[in-house]
Amino acid sequence: MTQKEFLNIVMPFKDKVFRLAKRLLVSTEEAEDATQEVLLKLWKNKLKISEYKNVEAFSMTMTKNYCFDKLKSKQSQNLKIVHSNYEENNTPLQKQVELNDSVNWVAKIIADLPEQQKMIIQLRDIEDYDFDEIAKMLDMNNTAVRVALSRARKTIREKLTNTHNYGVR
Amino acid sequence: MVLDNIEKLLEKYENGETSLKEEQQLKYYFTQETVPPHLEMYKPMFTYFLVNKQEQFTKDVPLKTNRNFNYKWISVAALVALMLGFYFGTTLNTGELGTYEDPQLAFNEFSKSMEMISSKFNKGASTVGYLNEVNKGTSALGYLNEVENTTSIIFKN
Repeated sequence: MTQKEFLNIVMPFKDKVFRLAKRLLVSTEEAEDATQEVLLKLWKNKLKISEYKNVEAFSMTMTKNYCFDKLKSKQSQNLKIVHSNYEENNTPLQKQVELNDSVNWVAKIIADLPEQQKMIIQLRDIEDYDFDEIAKMLDMNNTAVRVALSRARKTIREKLTNTHNYGVR
Repeated sequence: MVLDNIEKLLEKYENGETSLKEEQQLKYYFTQETVPPHLEMYKPMFTYFLVNKQEQFTKDVPLKTNRNFNYKWISVAALVALMLGFYFGTTLNTGELGTYEDPQLAFNEFSKSMEMISSKFNKGASTVGYLNEVNKGTSALGYLNEVENTTSIIFKN
């Protein structure tokens, strides 16, 4: 397999890998390292790539495992927590709604969720995967995914309602 | 879209029962400028989801083409070459050198080859013999000295 073919396979989902890693590891640098690591592992095993049924799902699972390892390892005990996601991307959408502050709140609320719910929110609401794919990636069953997702969504809504009502900004 | 419909979708959404298509509808509904006040809190949530999807991985991944060439094979090749060297070296040394058993025969062969060498040598030496001609020439040139002597005598006076 040439480098070009490999990139063609990997390109469509490398950003998803990165965002999932960032969701779990919080810091951009860590997430970049994780993505790099995952892609390099795929590259090393490029001969087996054709055997995988779903390279994308496989990579997402790999990312999840890698990030969990990172979080567990002592090295990440002094991981820096940085929330600087929104200043840089001046999307027209964002300008249009001008909700920077409350959008930041959503990030904080998601960061407080348990790891599993974090991942499910990331995979479902941000990356738009269907339940079967998420179940496969996270090695859970379909209903468990639904339940966790529902819980996460309710938590986010409740917390947002609170901040909204109290005018905490 | 009708507000009633959206509220129903939101309820389904919170129970994790919406399809991806319905979720898309929700997301785009909440990107509009004004939403009813009691749904205001959903707005940042869906906005966040859409904005977050645009973040990209920009770092380069150093993909090195796996070199199948391995340096350990050099040592293997060297070893093979050495062993072949030893193998052929020993077989050549112990093998026949072309010696004669019979001394008379050996002498004959030896003298034959020596004769050949001497004939070739003489041929070479005979061509060198022409160098004598050069010596003759130079001795003849010696007479020029005599001429010089006589001229010097003449011009002296």
